[in-house]
Order: sequence, then structure tokens, then C-alpha cells
Amino acid sequence: MLATLAFYVFSAVLIFSAAMVIVVRNPVHSVLFLILAFFNAAGLFILLGAEFIGMILVIVYVGAVAVLFLFVVMMLDISFADLRKGAVQFIPLGLFIGGVLLFQFYVLFQSWQIAPSAMLNITTPSLSGEEELTNATQLGRILYTDYVFAFQVSGLILLVAMIGAIVLTHRQRAGVLRQKVAEQVARKPSDVLEIKKVETGSGVE
Amino acid sequence: MAPLDFLADYLPILVMLFIAFFIAIAMVTASFIVGKSKPDSAKLSAYECGFDAFDDARHKFDVRFYLVAILFIIFDLEIAFLFPWAVSLGDIGLFGFWSMVIFLGVLTIGLIYEWNKGALDWE
Amino acid sequence: MMMELWNLYGMQTLMMLLHMVVLLVSVLLGVAYLSYFERKIMGAMQMRQGPNTVGPFGLLQPFADALKLISKETIIPSQSNRAVFVLAPIVFTTLALLAWSVIPVNAQWVLADINVGILFLFAVSSMSVYGVIMAGWASNSKYAFLGGMRSASQMVSYEVSMGLVIVTVILCVGSMNLSDIVTAPRPWWMQILLFPMLIIFLVSILAETNRAPFDLPEGESELSGGFMVEYSAATFVLFFLSEYANMILMSAITVVLFLGGWLPPFGIEALSIVPGVIWFVLKICLILFFFVWCRATFPRYRYDQLMRLGWKIFLPFSLLWVVVVAGTLIMMDAVP
Repeated sequence: MLATLAFYVFSAVLIFSAAMVIVVRNPVHSVLFLILAFFNAAGLFILLGAEFIGMILVIVYVGAVAVLFLFVVMMLDISFADLRKGAVQFIPLGLFIGGVLLFQFYVLFQSWQIAPSAMLNITTPSLSGEEELTNATQLGRILYTDYVFAFQVSGLILLVAMIGAIVLTHRQRAGVLRQKVAEQVARKPSDVLEIKKVETGSGVE
Repeated sequence: MAPLDFLADYLPILVMLFIAFFIAIAMVTASFIVGKSKPDSAKLSAYECGFDAFDDARHKFDVRFYLVAILFIIFDLEIAFLFPWAVSLGDIGLFGFWSMVIFLGVLTIGLIYEWNKGALDWE
Repeated sequence: MMMELWNLYGMQTLMMLLHMVVLLVSVLLGVAYLSYFERKIMGAMQMRQGPNTVGPFGLLQPFADALKLISKETIIPSQSNRAVFVLAPIVFTTLALLAWSVIPVNAQWVLADINVGILFLFAVSSMSVYGVIMAGWASNSKYAFLGGMRSASQMVSYEVSMGLVIVTVILCVGSMNLSDIVTAPRPWWMQILLFPMLIIFLVSILAETNRAPFDLPEGESELSGGFMVEYSAATFVLFFLSEYANMILMSAITVVLFLGGWLPPFGIEALSIVPGVIWFVLKICLILFFFVWCRATFPRYRYDQLMRLGWKIFLPFSLLWVVVVAGTLIMMDAVP
């Protein structure tokens, strides 16, 4: 009973905050609502028994992706009120794109077929019933061996993302003083210091 | 839905969430009620060195913060891949081990690239 | 009907609530006395007395401070974003207290014994960045904004190495449940393998909790108070409270991951007559002393040095160490 109640609360808050993401005027507020939505989605995953995915959702989406969103939204020095001014004249185009998307969804779901055996797995995300295994162990048993190709491809995608981010954002700025640790450590007193015995009455050259 | 004894493990977390939230709100409201409130314009202005703030404080800031956030996402995902691997290494044996070493090797290439580009330096 | 329900769930619920109250009260008392402990130790290290007026040996000082702060005026700057401004400390505190629900204090003595306990802690600590960013942004003050940005980048950078350290411990233990992590057997060579990770973890938690020598976000000399500069009264108390609660929490995580939780030290059986809770608290105090010791000893790091340490030293080293630990475990045929 409590679980059902939790399900409805999580779903309701999820839908509400997802709607607020696009309704709210202030972009920072909408990112905050997005975070609330992620959080509730994680709650729903846990209700389904998928605790590992729930936690990873919070760690990756809330802890990392949304931080980036917040940075971007804060960094863009754009007045969002100005952006909205011309919105009315784009309504026909928006409606058109929305209609196309709706049609595509319709076509997709018409031709979508779900295997009868898959239906049995919906509420039990586990592989075998012989021993009690946690989600993470079950995932680990197949991800790195049976699905090794997908795993390595995701590694390559991460590499591309890393390089792309640097190519897009990194600028070498001129005239910046950097700390060169290796040079500092390698410096010896004999390289920079000279001790001279100064005779009384005569100066140093 | 998941079995009830599984969910029972999570119930205390949910209750704790509400209690902690309640404590925090109670402290703020209590202070609102107890503390006296005499606002004036100088008190309510943003902290500055004696001047009024010239403009809004929310400026564009260095793109480096943004780069740090992106790199963090990538390494966070990498760690997310490491967790199931770490708990199941005994089952997947050497094949799983080398599979992960190759994955980490690919990302190390990225790390070396960043390093040489100077993206990890903060100036 | 009511009686049946009561028999089924009543006792359990009551025990759970009691457990929560005890836990929360001890965390809050811990925060109060951590601030006292810190001031006394710093006093001793700097050859002065520390608080000694309120109550015997100044023992009531934390309560006097709390009462004073709560009765102050709550100032919400006129240029700020009010809702987010008030929400930030509330979110920060909620997260700091929430994380305690999975910490095992003694054998079988844990509020929520979930399978992915360590992931939960990692998730909660990665979310505490929001309290900082929200505070920095909502204040609409230059100092707060800069402090918030710096603090967020710093926490994010050190979370990477923290995650990798956690992975090495999980490798040795084979479970993400915190009680299993404590009780799993650890031969001596495993302890040696994990020792460098303990050092990295200790430094990372200093950075993660914005403590000296990594307290740049609130570096007084340049940013006055960092993201907290506009906060006063209870909203400030909440930030202060959760920062200290986070310190105790991070110490507890270190104890669970590396120092054997509630088990007696060095595996000496004779010492197990002392209850496990006492050992747990003593070990936490040890780490907290390390926190205070660092603050009293080290000068503040520079921001570029901080980033270099996180990304160029800790990250590659812990990445390498994950592979080394996994390889050794396979070689010794000791993978759990």
C-alpha cells in the first residue's frame, strides 16, 4: 500500500516538475525543476527494484549532467525575455514540427512489437532465480563479456566526447604565467646562487 | 513493483528525507519568528566594498569551469562503468579484466590528449 | 484489525523512528561538539585557551553560539532570488542529514541496509554541490558567485578520485553494502595495496568538504566568505551545521571503507569487549582530529595547484591503481 502511494507521489511530482521545466520563465529555475524530475525518476527506479540504475541516475544525471546544465545556463549572458519576444511568429513552424513528431511516434508504435517473454521480465530485473544477486552483479556478469562490443563502443564515444569538448572550449591564452613544477623541483642552488667571498674594502664586480 | 522486503530497506531513507527536510525548514522559520527584522536598503544590498554594486553579479565566467564540468561527466560515466565490474570481477575472470583494461586504455588516450593540450592546467 | 496491523508493523515502525531520533540527535550533538573540539584543539596548537567561559571548560559554548545565531535577523538581499536563496541551505542540510541513514554504526545496527549503500553515499555527496551553486547564484553578489563557482568545480574535481578510490575498495570486498565492506576479510597485503588509496581519500575529503588547506571557496582574504557571504541567522547556521555534519560523515565513510568500522583495531580479539559503537566513534574522532590538525598546520593552496593535484596527480594515479589492485587480486586468486 505504502509502495503504491509512493509510486503515485513520485510519478505526480515527476510529471509536475517536468512540466515546470518548460513553463518556468527563469532558466535556472527550470534546471532546478529538471533536477527534481531526475530525483523522482530515481525513486521510481528503486520502486521497480532497479536500485543500481536509480543510484547511477542520481550520480550521473543529477551529480554531473545537471551541474553542466546549470553552468551553461548561468554562463549564457542572454536575456531570455528578449528571446521569447519573437516566439509568436514561430508558432506555425513549431506546430508543424510537433505534428511531424507525433506522426512519427504513431508510426513507430504501430509497428512496435513486444516479445511475450519480455513482458514477464518487466517487474523482475533479474537473470536467474537460483541465488540472490544484486542488480550490479547481474549487470556486471553480462556487460563486460556478452556485451563487450557495446561496452567498448561506449568507451570510444566517451573518448570522442572528451576530445570534442577540448576542441570546442579550450583556448590557449597568450601571456599567461604557468607554474612549471618539474622545473621548480629540478632547480638546484648551484644553478642560481653564487657565493662570493668579499674582501674588506673591495666591492663585488 | 519490487518485493516488499526489498522496499522496506528503502523506507527509512524516505522517512529520513522528510525528517531532515522538516528540521531544516523548522530552523529557518523559527529564526524568522524569533529574530527581529528591521531591514533597510543598505542592509539588504549585496556585499561590496562600500560602493553600491555597479551591475548584476551574474556575469559570464571563464569557460574553464565549463570544461571541468564536461570532463567530470566523462570520468563520472567511466566510474559508473567501473562499479558493476568491481563487484563481479570474480565471475567474469580474465576476459572481463582485459575488457576493462582496454576500455580504460581508450580513455587514457583521451587523458593524455587533454594533458598535452593543456586542458588540465588552470591559469 | 488495528491490533493486527500494530503487531505487524507498529513495533518495527516505532523502532525505526527511535533509531532515527537517536541518530539525528547524535549527529547534531556531534556537530555542536565538533565545533568545540576544533576550537579547543586549534587553541592548544596555537598556545591559547580556546572557549573556556560558558559552562565548565566552555562546554556549553556551542549551544550559546547556536542560540545567538538563531536569534539574529534573517537578511535576504533585495537583489537576490528569494526562493532559491532560502532553499539552498535547506537542500544542503537535508542532504547532509539524509546520508547518515545508510551508515552502519555497529553490526546489524543500521537504519537502511541497502545493497548499494556506498553508491547512495556517493550520490548524496555528489548532490551537495547544488547547495553551493544555488547559494552562490541566488545571492547575486560577486563574492558569493565566484565562491560558488570555485567551490562547485573543486568538489566536482575531487569527486572523480573519490569515486575511483571507492572502486578499489569494492574490488577488494566484492560488495557495495556498507556492512559487508566492514566485515569482509582483508589480508595484510590487501591493506598495503589499499594504503595509498587511504591517503588519496583523506586528501579528497578535505577538498570535498571545502576544508583547509583547500578552503579557497571561502578564502577570507580574497572572497570574504565565499558562497555564504550573504547568509545570516538560521540560513547561515544550516550551512555551518551541514558543513560540519559532512565532515563527520566523510570521516565515517573513511572509517567504514578503510579502518574496519566498528571492529576493534588491528583485529585484536581481546578488545572486542568494548562495544563496537565506541570503536566506531573513536575512529571517527581520529579522522576528525586529522581534519583539525590540517587546518591548524597548512597554509591555503592556490586554485591552480588545487586543480593540478586533483586532475594531474590523483586522477591518473588512482586510475592506475584500480588496474593494479584488480590485477593483483586476480594474480593472488583472491577476487571475492
